[in-house]
Amino acid sequence: MSSDADTVVKTIVAPASAGVAPASGSPLARLAGLRWGDYLGVAPFLVFAVLFLIVPTAWLVIGAFQARDGSFTLQNLIDLGTPQIISSFWISIRVSVASAVMGAIAGLILALAVIRGRLPEGIRSAVLTFSGVASQFAGIPLAFAFIATLGRLGLVTVGLRLVGFDIYRAGFNLLSFWGLTLTYCYFQIPLMVLIIAPAIDGLKREWSEAAATLGATPIQFWRYVGLPVLWPNLLGTLSLLFANAFGAIATAYALTGSSLNIVPILLYAQIRGDVLNNPGLGAALALGMIVIAALANIVYLVIRTRAERWLK
Amino acid sequence: MTRAKFWSWVIFILGALYFLGPLLATVQFSLSIRRTGYSLDAYTNVLQSPAFQQTFTYSLLVGVAAIIVGLLIVVPAAYFVRLRAPQLRPIIEFVTLLPLIIPPIILVFGYIRLYNSSSILPLTNSDWGTNILLTLAYVALALPYMYRAVDTGLRTIDVQTLTEAANILGASTPTILIRVIFPNIIVAALSGAFLTLAIVIGEFTIASLLNRQAFGVYMQNVGANRAFEPAALAVISFVITWAAMGAIQLLARFAPKTQRI
Repeated sequence: MSSDADTVVKTIVAPASAGVAPASGSPLARLAGLRWGDYLGVAPFLVFAVLFLIVPTAWLVIGAFQARDGSFTLQNLIDLGTPQIISSFWISIRVSVASAVMGAIAGLILALAVIRGRLPEGIRSAVLTFSGVASQFAGIPLAFAFIATLGRLGLVTVGLRLVGFDIYRAGFNLLSFWGLTLTYCYFQIPLMVLIIAPAIDGLKREWSEAAATLGATPIQFWRYVGLPVLWPNLLGTLSLLFANAFGAIATAYALTGSSLNIVPILLYAQIRGDVLNNPGLGAALALGMIVIAALANIVYLVIRTRAERWLK
Repeated sequence: MTRAKFWSWVIFILGALYFLGPLLATVQFSLSIRRTGYSLDAYTNVLQSPAFQQTFTYSLLVGVAAIIVGLLIVVPAAYFVRLRAPQLRPIIEFVTLLPLIIPPIILVFGYIRLYNSSSILPLTNSDWGTNILLTLAYVALALPYMYRAVDTGLRTIDVQTLTEAANILGASTPTILIRVIFPNIIVAALSGAFLTLAIVIGEFTIASLLNRQAFGVYMQNVGANRAFEPAALAVISFVITWAAMGAIQLLARFAPKTQRI
């Protein structure tokens, strides 16, 4: 039953933990030693990685430090300080933080309710399966779905207007910071559920029973045992969700066009038509995105490695 | 009913409302193209439009090509890392994490700068070159999932014994890979393939910036110009994603496992 759902969990979430998987040495390798043929088997993979992952990214990083004539300069990075670019970074970071925090909290609560809430059999696997689908349901179609729901003619908007509550008159706008955050939660919450589920499974029943035997209330259990154990996982997942939202563009583009100037949309416009009138500045913008996304991921990997201890 | 159980139900129902609400609304919206009553006109408009058929076929082909290329580079690498070169594992796993760290828009920006018409490898010069570049971009996007799926598949079979047995029977390494290892991990490879398809079929950013007439670009166009058809497209996309995920679950039941004695 639940094993099927867990397959989806593993397929989707597992890459995120790839970096901390223990390296298992095969005995044959030690016996036979390495031959040229072995490297030949790995070569296509490494060549691909160099040509289509590492060099293109490095090229942009170098480009960020190059003036138009190719000489070294820091001017591109200094030029990032225009109000337009600063505000786009600021709104990107705000949307990413808000959707990551909301997604993490809602996802944690949902996962706890489903896994430890003694709900009927089947709900757990249904929720995990659905999370697998919803966490991949991003991009353009997600924007369409939310326009059909909370747009000016959306089902919920129209329904609430019929009972006398106009959300748009009350200040809500789908094409705004909160609209985008609410939309991003549609893939952030399921991702949180998928990532945190194994950690919640790792909270052994015996711990809460032991705590209860010692006279702890459920609140005390969560305060002194549950949350401290989940904490590293929570923080790690938070940075992963942040990176996830920070790099996303298609949903925002289809939802708001260019009315909400998040960094990826600004970069998209720059690649399309050099709107910043400076190729070096485009590369600097990319560098800014790489640095922020990489920082968030490094935080995730470091915390996750430390959190693994509790799941053994 | 205990209090904890009551709150679990409340949370579950709130979650269901948030997640099923937009789906219901989208279905309802996609059926409301006529002023009175429901109709499937939005779907027929979309499905019969030549642009839909062309872009969808194109994205499907690119997706299949990306899966094939992905398997060709991932299977040998994962096999050799598992069997003979475990010391390379940290490098390979770091590489498989890169596509999760580098946002797609950065990747395609790098491609455009690196493989433009004045570079050593001017892929963006020709139509075919750009198609190849898009395929390789999708291989990169799917790399973490593909590698993980294949590696999981290899873990469930006894790679070492199978290889030794084939060696004794005189098989060469390519023969071992194609006729012994691959058939044994085909189920795992297929789940990686379906996930790849789910990721790339509606991909917008890379296809759009490489000027390819892909399904994601078509959807964005429809979204900018039509009212009800986008909802129909969203429903179709959701069904495709769901089918891909369902296929992965179904496949998991047929995974072969060799018993270790």
